Amino acid sequence: MRILIIEDDSQTASYLCKGLREGGHVVDHSGDGQDGLFMALEIDYEAIVVDRMLPKLDGLSVIKALRAANKHTPVIILSALGEVDDRVQGLRAGSDDYLVKPFAFSELMARLDALNRRSDSDTVQTVLQVGSLEIDLLSRKVKRDGKVLDLQPRELRLLEYLMRHTGQVVTRTMLLENVWDYHFDPQTNVIDVHISRLRSKIDKDFDKPLLHTIRGAGYCLRAAN
Amino acid sequence: MSLFTLSALLLLAFIFFYTANYMAEQTDATIEAEIAGLKERYKVNGLTGLTRLIKERIARKPTGSGLILLADQHFNVLVGNLSRWPDASETSDGWLNFRLEDKGWGEDAIHKARARPFRLIGGFHLLVGRDLHDLEMSKRAIAKTLISSLAFAAVLALVGGLAMTGSLIRRIEAINQTSNEIMNGDLSRRIPTNHTGDDFDQLSENLNHMLDRIEMLMEGVRQVSDNIAHDLRTPLARLRNHLDEVLQETARAGGDSECIERAIQEADDLLVTFNALLRIARIESKNRVEHFTFVELADLVRNVVDFYEPLVEEKNQQLDVFLSPGAKVQVDRELLSQTIANILDNSIKYTPGNGNIEVRITSEQGRVKLVIADSGPGIPWAERNKVFQRFYRLESSRSSPGNGLGLSLVYAVASLHNLDLKLESNNPGLRVIIVFPNLDQSAQKVNPLPIG
Repeated sequence: MRILIIEDDSQTASYLCKGLREGGHVVDHSGDGQDGLFMALEIDYEAIVVDRMLPKLDGLSVIKALRAANKHTPVIILSALGEVDDRVQGLRAGSDDYLVKPFAFSELMARLDALNRRSDSDTVQTVLQVGSLEIDLLSRKVKRDGKVLDLQPRELRLLEYLMRHTGQVVTRTMLLENVWDYHFDPQTNVIDVHISRLRSKIDKDFDKPLLHTIRGAGYCLRAAN
Repeated sequence: MSLFTLSALLLLAFIFFYTANYMAEQTDATIEAEIAGLKERYKVNGLTGLTRLIKERIARKPTGSGLILLADQHFNVLVGNLSRWPDASETSDGWLNFRLEDKGWGEDAIHKARARPFRLIGGFHLLVGRDLHDLEMSKRAIAKTLISSLAFAAVLALVGGLAMTGSLIRRIEAINQTSNEIMNGDLSRRIPTNHTGDDFDQLSENLNHMLDRIEMLMEGVRQVSDNIAHDLRTPLARLRNHLDEVLQETARAGGDSECIERAIQEADDLLVTFNALLRIARIESKNRVEHFTFVELADLVRNVVDFYEPLVEEKNQQLDVFLSPGAKVQVDRELLSQTIANILDNSIKYTPGNGNIEVRITSEQGRVKLVIADSGPGIPWAERNKVFQRFYRLESSRSSPGNGLGLSLVYAVASLHNLDLKLESNNPGLRVIIVFPNLDQSAQKVNPLPIG
């Protein structure tokens, strides 16, 4: 991916650039909002990572200007401000995701991937498929190898989200926010139990596992390679 | 007050007896003086002169209280204003105490009298005395006055005492009331003062100063722990990121990453704790709920229950849910979700396998009530208030996973929303009860900024 990072804190910036480059992405960096906006307008990036607090032009204004210029590049905001208000503000300005500092790098990576995927699928799909597993979104039926699987509504919601992010790392936080709309850390890792239950329904009796655990990051649904 | 009355009584009695005594002495002295005068006349002018003098005295004051009688050797009346010599024996100091009777006096027909008998040279008997009626009347009048004074003073004392006690009690009540409110968590309250500078005011002022200091210290502690959490969070996140890099490298190099993964897990747990601390701090620092929405409590609870069901199934516990629809509450949806999640999480965690958990929405006196009860070990009575403290864990729970902040958040959210939060025994187990204020009440109390 070609990614633009607009971040004025040099330490954070160099860390992010290094990490993303190691992940195989092409990374550009700007240290202030004005310059960053120019770059974003000129070059077609596949994702932009913006810090809220920037010199010359703050992050939210950069995004607003970008959207006003009809540029729909996916944007993630990085911010130390984590209140609901702040998140809502950021999303209203036109960003696609909001990450509160400090964050795990794997979290950022996972979300960038998710953004990228989101911008791809403009068409409305009625059937999602991974390997021999498929969901019919209209009839709400799940089948693997032709066999109908009995999933509870919440298990189906979870599976649907994972399938929409096939091949990507999905972090627990992403699941919590997008499947349950919860923005807190539960005391116990309930998500893990949800995943293992799902796994027992879609993977256990079948030959190839589709739902994988990515250590230190989260989960990934993909056809084994 | 009784002490006052008793001393007043003693004083008035003393006054009475002293006055009565004085009057009696005066009477006697007057009598003696008269006798002396009469004796002198007898010496100078003999019987004739004495007789004339006596007649003059009686003529001068026919209705006075002076008694005078001259009798012969055989006590026959010669001259005087008594009909006969009194029928009484002399006292040891030579006085006669007798009674006078006169039908003309009407109701007070009998008067007391006191007189001094005297033997004149020649064998004549002279009696000089006094009708004590007037004296007695005076004494009675004085007694009445004194008694009414006493009664009046007693009433005054009673009323004054009550008034003073009343205001005293009111002042003490004010202090007690404020103290209770403070102990219930409102550290910003202060004891009202009357600005009279009296002892109570000074006491109140001193207490208020103490409260200022406590509030400041608590604020300081909160800030310190907030700062710690905030300042340590970033380096910790960086640490975690570095570990993540090592993990990636190890994975690339095909090595064993188990140790690194555990280290990352520990770092993640630490970050969760810090985030929870900061979250609690932020909630506590608010004095009102910022994101009030009307929430169908049944929906919100069902979502949380749904979220935790896999855990319940894993432990083979029985979860019974009674969610009556239509119960609406005005809350911050996010905060309440987390609150219920924490409580339910605890119930599931601490209740053994095959145990029972119940989640129920009912009402209490028209207010919405949420009960989460389990059949676990419960919380000992002595620790019921302590469990809300940050990092507090029961002895029996120390080996279980958890950072001791779950209930601290519950408490902070309940305080912010003015919810009634109670921990009771479920016989056996724990029963957590949350009673929500009436919808109009919650609006009044917390002055919300409603979301459109």
